[in-house]
Amino acid sequence: MITAKPLLEMTAVDLVRSTKQLLQSISLRVEAGEILTIIGPNGAGKTTLLRIALGLIPPSAGKVERRANLCIGYMPQKLHIDPSFPLTVQRFLAMAGKDHRKDILPLLQEVGAARVLDSRLQTLSGGELQRVLLARALIREPELLVLDEPVQGVDVQGQMELYQLISQIRTQRGCAVMMVSHDLHLVMAATDRVLCLNRHICCSGTPEVVTNHPAYLEMFGPQAFQQLAVYTHDPEHHQHHHNCVNCREKHNVR
Amino acid sequence: MFADFLLRALLGGCGVALIAGPFGSFVVWRRLAYFGDTLAHSALLGVALGFLLHINLTFGVLIICQLLALLLFLGQRQHQLANDTLLGILSHGALSLGLVSLAFMETVRVDLMAYLFGDILAIGITDLLWIFIGGGVALAGLLWLWRPLLAITIHEDLARVEGIAVDRINWIFLSLIALSVAVMMKVVGLLLVTALLIIPAATARRFAQTPETMAALAGLLGCLAVVGGLYGSFTWDTPAGPSIVVSACLLFVLSFLVPSAAARRG
Repeated sequence: MITAKPLLEMTAVDLVRSTKQLLQSISLRVEAGEILTIIGPNGAGKTTLLRIALGLIPPSAGKVERRANLCIGYMPQKLHIDPSFPLTVQRFLAMAGKDHRKDILPLLQEVGAARVLDSRLQTLSGGELQRVLLARALIREPELLVLDEPVQGVDVQGQMELYQLISQIRTQRGCAVMMVSHDLHLVMAATDRVLCLNRHICCSGTPEVVTNHPAYLEMFGPQAFQQLAVYTHDPEHHQHHHNCVNCREKHNVR
Repeated sequence: MFADFLLRALLGGCGVALIAGPFGSFVVWRRLAYFGDTLAHSALLGVALGFLLHINLTFGVLIICQLLALLLFLGQRQHQLANDTLLGILSHGALSLGLVSLAFMETVRVDLMAYLFGDILAIGITDLLWIFIGGGVALAGLLWLWRPLLAITIHEDLARVEGIAVDRINWIFLSLIALSVAVMMKVVGLLLVTALLIIPAATARRFAQTPETMAALAGLLGCLAVVGGLYGSFTWDTPAGPSIVVSACLLFVLSFLVPSAAARRG
């Protein structure tokens, strides 16, 4: 999995906005074909970190290196489209370059949203919208997918399916994935490496390593213990009812 | 007798409506109504500039509108003031500054009402040329930017990641709106320019399936409003500019009697 040069490398990245330190000495690498998940509490700077990785904001200090001509597929956290904007899913996807129905349909089939091809974007359910956004990110056949909270606005069952879909896409396409997640439990089964962020990197490594790390346990408290049952499960058993119990408890906490 | 001035009014009015349709659609989609207002309000300052420099008044308006578009573009990139606060300052500041500077020019007698509410019945050949050449340039520019502008309207960052030069296109777009606002001034006046941008587009929205049909339909509805407004103005001797806006509003209200495109599709 490890190649000579990573797709993306950040070295000692700082971000300061009006004397407030938003990110501090972040160093990370995304290798070809791996899934890296960034977790952390609200306001930890997860989305900001992604935006720096994408080159949307320059860091105050440090270095961001992307492999030359790296094609990135981006899935934003939210889409604010005015209700007056007449836009079908097909047109939305066509905007990234593929004009023909026959190019777009297989892509929607890949993400399991073929039936919404002619629907208006504003009428989609949370899960459908996330799938369509994922399809848009895939259109240019990227080597790196950058996903900002890909499962938000989706019910627990749907969240598991989406994480499975993402890991399946990685297997089939061989692209790397860098994603941000709010969720601690479900995402662990779908990721190679986890990076625990709270303005600085608290800990990182495989899900097993991170979930046993003192910094992780301290940051997430009792929530963290619950998911031990999840990630050690066989991938075949992801839809086990354990998960649902955990997540329901998590929702109660919010 | 179908007087020449009436023909010119119809031509100018419909020309302006056809420009306003596509631009107005973007103003609605991107929620730029206040932007349009601010640009329009600065026009009076342009009129003053025109008198001061002895240049064509529309040209003066154009210069000031372009300056303001640049200022607004730069203002979007700062984070000290909320956008609508900044717009409020610029909008009312420019309008008042325009009024004050005109008051200083003692030798100049200005028909203020004509600038505030338009003077479509006094449209001359020069004005028509402004509308068709200036408006044509603005529309051609919009057509040229159409695809990237739609992408930016949906999601700026997504467009940026996909390689669109978002900042440059946004600036050109603002500059094109400024151009269209400057040529629309004569017909509905600076206080009502935004109305002609927004109301037909808001009416068209319910019947359009694609962005393109909405833009075109907004243009046609605008023409209908111009014809209706001019007719009303003649019949009841009402001011032409406001009559056009009233007729656009009537069309908007009436449109709710027709089932929308979405409802028809079931």
